[in-house]
Amino acid sequence: MVAPTTPAEIGGIGHSLQRKEDARLIEGQGNFLDDIDLPNTLHMAILRSPLAHARINGIDSEAAMALDGVLAVVTGDLMDQHGLAWMPTLSGDTQAVLATDKVRYQGQEVAAVIATDPYIATDALELIEVDYEELPPITTPQQSLEEGAALIRDEKEGQTDNLAYTWETGDQGATEEAFAKADRVVTLETHYPRSHPAPLETCGIVADINSVTGQATIYMTSQAPHAHRTLFAMVAGLPEQNIRIVSPDIGGGFGNKVPIYPGYVVATAASLLIGQPVKWVESRTENLISTGFARDYYMKGELAVTDEGRILGLRVNMLSDQGAFYSDAQPTQFRAGLFHVVTGSYDFPAAHIDCKGAFTNKAPGGVAYRCSFRITEASYLIERLVQNAAYEVGIDPAEMRLRNFIQPEQFPYETATGFVYDSGDYPTALRTAMDEVGYEDLRREQAEARAEGRLIGIGIAHFTEAVGAGPSRTYDIAGLKMIDSAELRVHPTGKAILKLGVKTQGQGHETTFAQIVAEVLGIPANDIKVEHGDTNHTPYGLGTYASRSTPVGGAATAVVARKLADKSKKIAAHLLEAADEDIELASGVFSVAGSPDRSVTIQDVALAAYTNLPEGMEYGLEDVTYYDPPNLTYPYGSYIVVVEVDPDTGVWQVQRMVALDDCGVRINPMIVEGQICGGLTEGFAMSAMQWITFDEDGNCIGANFMDYLVPTAWETPRFELLATEVPSPHHPIGAKGVGESATVGSPAAFVNAVIDAVAHLGVRNIDMPVLPDRVWAAIEEAS
Amino acid sequence: MEVNITINGSEHASDVEPRTLLVDHIRRTVGLTGTHVGCDTTSCGACTVLMDGTPVKACTVLAAQADGSEVTTVEGLKGADGLHPIQSAFTDDHGLQCGFCTPGMMLVGASLIAENPDPSDDEVRWAISGNLCRCTGYINIVKAIQTAAARVAESSNGS
Ligand code: FES
Ligand code: FES
Repeated sequence: MVAPTTPAEIGGIGHSLQRKEDARLIEGQGNFLDDIDLPNTLHMAILRSPLAHARINGIDSEAAMALDGVLAVVTGDLMDQHGLAWMPTLSGDTQAVLATDKVRYQGQEVAAVIATDPYIATDALELIEVDYEELPPITTPQQSLEEGAALIRDEKEGQTDNLAYTWETGDQGATEEAFAKADRVVTLETHYPRSHPAPLETCGIVADINSVTGQATIYMTSQAPHAHRTLFAMVAGLPEQNIRIVSPDIGGGFGNKVPIYPGYVVATAASLLIGQPVKWVESRTENLISTGFARDYYMKGELAVTDEGRILGLRVNMLSDQGAFYSDAQPTQFRAGLFHVVTGSYDFPAAHIDCKGAFTNKAPGGVAYRCSFRITEASYLIERLVQNAAYEVGIDPAEMRLRNFIQPEQFPYETATGFVYDSGDYPTALRTAMDEVGYEDLRREQAEARAEGRLIGIGIAHFTEAVGAGPSRTYDIAGLKMIDSAELRVHPTGKAILKLGVKTQGQGHETTFAQIVAEVLGIPANDIKVEHGDTNHTPYGLGTYASRSTPVGGAATAVVARKLADKSKKIAAHLLEAADEDIELASGVFSVAGSPDRSVTIQDVALAAYTNLPEGMEYGLEDVTYYDPPNLTYPYGSYIVVVEVDPDTGVWQVQRMVALDDCGVRINPMIVEGQICGGLTEGFAMSAMQWITFDEDGNCIGANFMDYLVPTAWETPRFELLATEVPSPHHPIGAKGVGESATVGSPAAFVNAVIDAVAHLGVRNIDMPVLPDRVWAAIEEAS
Repeated sequence: MEVNITINGSEHASDVEPRTLLVDHIRRTVGLTGTHVGCDTTSCGACTVLMDGTPVKACTVLAAQADGSEVTTVEGLKGADGLHPIQSAFTDDHGLQCGFCTPGMMLVGASLIAENPDPSDDEVRWAISGNLCRCTGYINIVKAIQTAAARVAESSNGS
């Protein structure tokens, strides 16, 4: 690891500085959405469909309206009168705000009650009578695309089937050629199940629209407040200068808080019509059944390999379950996100991917759950395939990877799907992790255990992510380019304020972004206040998801700090009566080259910026930068998991989990490791227990934390963390982003470990979550 | 109905609907918003408070049931001589990220170390197994609770 260049008092890059955000949070003084209590606030509750597919023949809200304390019952018809019954999605589809014609999934929004008290609003829901005519539900994408399947989106002009989209990438001809040359083809068919980010705080809004001034102040659990402001302006037709989105402290996001949900639109419309603030906070059940699911891809991957274990090509066919509306939150040109990285960490010439998405009677969403748009699915598939290929060829899974890795000297490396990886040293990463875990010894122990009838498995995943979307030539969301920004102002006393377009949800931006400025200007990080989340007080940006804060917002911060450093050097030269080019800056001290005793501090310079300037210079020490990244960044890691599987019950226990991450330069190693531990836990969760499934009537199984299992401290494995640090060559401080790496990379490591324990029996796949009964059944079937 | 609850040392007498949950009473009537709500099935522990010293999930206790009791919320952890050791340990060991689970985690941790001055890794994990955290992976929470325990033990040995 690179040693910090600033002293601890300054706390620049590389210091494990304590977090500035903690002080308020440990005293219960955070300000989360539900803590906002404006005078005269009304409360909203949403009536949701109990059925997965039904026609609505009528809604009787008379009894609900008569309840004391109820001000309004909003239905789809009322929304329709204002042109707001439907809204555009982030993937170019439309989504019902409140159902007018049919309900298309269980949990869909049908009506909303506005009342003086949240208990009364909920009481009133029970008094609303909806006349439903049941329709047969379609609960799998396979059924959905069958000939003659009922049309889910019958309202959509030109839609004659249940196909949501098609997408393909790569070179089909070259891939066919590669397969023709292969000694063998290794095939894996698997389902990446539907999951939900389930941050501990659910989604919510307080919409406060002043009917006289037209000022709309909207407090929202938003990972992307600026983008949301623009979308509100576009969808609701509100003048953008009157919209202020405030995203307060957020209790975790993980992608769940990227989309605009129907509840936000209804609450905003209600506040506009009634002229009082309207608050809506989802219950956990509402959160799990209606907002932002993730994954749900049926994947078939084929790898063309030689008998020596060289990969020649990759072919993938996929089918995604989109739910009732195509509302994936992803860049416009990317129908299946950045699935392109399915070529993984390996050097081979040809790949072809073919993908379809289907509408079903399930909740829409398709958010990137702690993932840079479908990268989790891609990493999972290639890492599972490579492991299976090793078994088929008869070489060790680690050796299989080492034979096919992109080599350090090949960077920048263009993959078969056209992504240009920036930097890396994959062999060193894998070998370091193998040394740490004691790989050779473990393989011996595994063989000995097998002889005694015990099942030990060693699973590897070596993933490469593509994060930090993205360059404006390729990346936009709803037409908005995926740039981000930073505005920095140094006050006369040398204390600074940094304003960001990105928005923390627990990642620690108030600390790490101050450290970037501290590194460049030498102002102590604790003297730098970081503001974010309020669109009236921060520059424009697309927000925090897809691990883009450090790659894009962090880059903007470094660039704006450097701009101020340049101006500061000129001021220092003036103060020191030296030539501009002779001024050197280190840890906040400007000195004259060759005579280090002639110096001034950044604090001196800050005061001079407002009091004593060189001739012709403009007062002040502030600037703003909008950063358009030249490329994505490509963090990677080598994860090794050791499990023991009980052959009689299928229960598996993690014995070791060694995780080496290379996210480039680490701004705050403590925070980086915290992100990795959290991500590994979510990866473990998905591999072991966490999924949302449906019965044949379309009832959601996984509608609360008793059915949707997220790991507690008791089940969560212990992790051993390692690091290498290959900087990104194009990022101003060499950082790559890390918030999602562990969630992306680890599921394959856990699953590969279980498969490895039973691979000698011939088992090659167990779908996630790898539940004990599935393991047991796989063992039974194989033996 | 009339309930009288001592919250963080001060008495709060109020007229509540019988169905009012303790967590709503604390958040909405008393106005202490450090106690959070993360679920509707008593699963997450974000709403944890101490009732007469014992952790309870305030979403599953009626305000009426707390009548006459002493309740401690996160706002009551800090004493006259500054932060409770559990609070400083959570910062020092990076035991929080978004901070939403943190009040509940700290209260369970504080009550654990009051009873068990030197809890093992497994004992801490078992104690907090009714509290979910979606951010940290628990490792640093466990560490923070053990750090706090050690600091409390050290200061009581010293005195
Ligand atoms: S809110 Fe009380 S346990 Fe979840
Ligand atoms: S710190 Fe976010 S839920 Fe625990």
